[in-house]
Amino acid sequence: MRFRFKEHYDQDIRLFADLADGLRYGSLLLGAVLLPFVLDDFLLGEATSVVIWAIAGMGLMLLTGHAGQVSLGHAAFLALGCYVNAILMNSFGLPFPLAFLLAGVISGLCGVAVAIPALRLHGLYLAIATLALSMLTEDIIVLAEPWTGGVIGLTAPTPEIAGLVIDRYAAPDLFYWLCLGVAVLVTLGYRNLLRSPLGRAFIAIRDSEISAQAAGISLARTKAAAFGLSCMVTGWAGALMGHFFYSFNHEVFTIILSIQLLLMIVIGGLGSIHGAWYGAVIVGLIPQAINLVRDAVGTVAVPGLETSLFSVLIVLFVLYEPHGLHGRLTKWKVWLDLFPFCRRDMFRRQKSYLRTERFR
Amino acid sequence: MTLLETEAVTVRFGGVVALHEVCLQVQSGEIFAIVGPNGAGKSTLFNLVSRFLDPDTGDIRFEGRSLLAQPPSAIAGLGIARTFQNIELFDHASVLQNLLIGRHTSRRASLPAQLLFLPSVRREEIAHREAVEQVIDFLELQPYRERMIAGLPYGIRKVVELGRALATGPKLVLLDEPASGLSVEETRDMGFWIRDLRDRMGITVVMVEHDMNLVSAISDRVLALSEGRVVVTGPPELVQSHPEVVSAYLGDAPEAVK
Ligand SMILES: Nc1ncnc2c1ncn2[C@@H]1O[C@H](COP(=O)(O)OP(=O)(O)OP(=O)(O)O)[C@@H](O)[C@H]1O
Ligand SMILES: [Mg+2]
Repeated sequence: MRFRFKEHYDQDIRLFADLADGLRYGSLLLGAVLLPFVLDDFLLGEATSVVIWAIAGMGLMLLTGHAGQVSLGHAAFLALGCYVNAILMNSFGLPFPLAFLLAGVISGLCGVAVAIPALRLHGLYLAIATLALSMLTEDIIVLAEPWTGGVIGLTAPTPEIAGLVIDRYAAPDLFYWLCLGVAVLVTLGYRNLLRSPLGRAFIAIRDSEISAQAAGISLARTKAAAFGLSCMVTGWAGALMGHFFYSFNHEVFTIILSIQLLLMIVIGGLGSIHGAWYGAVIVGLIPQAINLVRDAVGTVAVPGLETSLFSVLIVLFVLYEPHGLHGRLTKWKVWLDLFPFCRRDMFRRQKSYLRTERFR
Repeated sequence: MTLLETEAVTVRFGGVVALHEVCLQVQSGEIFAIVGPNGAGKSTLFNLVSRFLDPDTGDIRFEGRSLLAQPPSAIAGLGIARTFQNIELFDHASVLQNLLIGRHTSRRASLPAQLLFLPSVRREEIAHREAVEQVIDFLELQPYRERMIAGLPYGIRKVVELGRALATGPKLVLLDEPASGLSVEETRDMGFWIRDLRDRMGITVVMVEHDMNLVSAISDRVLALSEGRVVVTGPPELVQSHPEVVSAYLGDAPEAVK
């Protein structure tokens, strides 16, 4: 049994609820920073990929988990960030920090442009429209050959910050730290947003558009902000992805990538920053787990095993834990905190009351 | 002073005339009740004021200015808050967050300031919290602050919805059936609160309500609607005994008895 006694409103506002909380996240960050000293180059590459996935996941989580706008088109924004960053560096000779920043900003602006037609679409229809966007993107990349290199693709130049060359192959630790730094900044900004009025407005339009409006929240502006911020972060993830892959073409950014990103945040737990990170870790760990099992059992590679394991996980989560891994872990934590006073039906799923959708 | 005024508003849904040339005037500081059988057009009237619907003809004025040019999201900023007949809360957020969303119109911080959570944002958040805590104290919601809406009993949700309306700092609240589905004690508390928010906070109240005991106990004036037309407006006793109101509610019972 643990009880947190509150004496000041700031305790509900500040970044960490209490000292223990701050220490927990602090040691987690320290562990992440020290990772290059314990992992070999291959595993460090996997860790880097997890961090990039987490950034992309946070981008989509903001839009889908918090603002309630489903997107099956985020591969388009990953592609946009990736290509814009590489083109700005290759053809315009911009330094990496500037090109990287602009890649996010341009994806964000494109996100706002997508938000305008998306204002009239809800749920399934929005999902279909964004899916179409994802399909279009592949074709556009091929057609825009002069810039994108068509089917051959592009290579991302080596990033350099203030004279420090961050070569993904020669200095994987530097590249990992770069990604981690971006991820930490995005996480902080995300967290700040959630404790501010705009973050609450996102939750409001997710849960009830009609009463959000009655509370003075403009649907158009809030959705535009959600799309803009989400696509900006996704664009940054895309830019890092480009450097991570070194060379890429249209085949990297297929619909499958969009779907995988969406399923990743569902498994992690919609509606929380934790969910994006958990989802990224799971997506990153599945191939490793398969490798371990394969080495132990000694069988040859089974094609499609990764995808099917992922699919089975999704089915299990949707059936038994719609709140994702984060929801499950939260329940265990509450159970521990309340021990031994937890009631058996405490986490029973509530049937919600009927509500009219007349004005949607 | 007239706070809210509709001028011959008519609303049609296809062939259904939901409101027919309805005129009403709500004075500042009064508790104004709207009664009428199901489908009379009471909620439609509220949705007009909230700007979720456009009238086919007529005008709606608040503090002398027409509301027709305003989008729905501008209404709260003018000082009109409302609750919904079917409770429209933010289900996957806590009571505290729901009430804080009510403070949306008084936010000041820019987007970059929010992303960086500058000290000014922190100060603003604490001010919002203080305003919300006053609402929590008023409505005795202290035990529920951190609870998710999805797990709350119906009666408490009704109170939270009233709280969210009050958190906007309104001049006028529109309450759509505040006591429907509440127990006798909860209805009595709701009656006290509605009267208190007028007496202590100076908020004008327009409410739609079927519970005639509550209506006659707290309202100053009552408007009876039937099939989209105003039957009568006046003090509760008068409206309650008006023959047309009685027949609208009960059908032409006296004839049947004979
Ligand atoms: N969006 C809509 N589309 C079509 N018809 C509607 C719409 N909204 C309301 N109506 C119709 O308008 C009439 C008035 O509805 P309204 O909801 O205002 O009734 P009410 O007086 O609030 O009734 P209740 O006591 O049941 O809440 C009804 O006949 C209803 O079916
Ligand atoms: Mg109604």
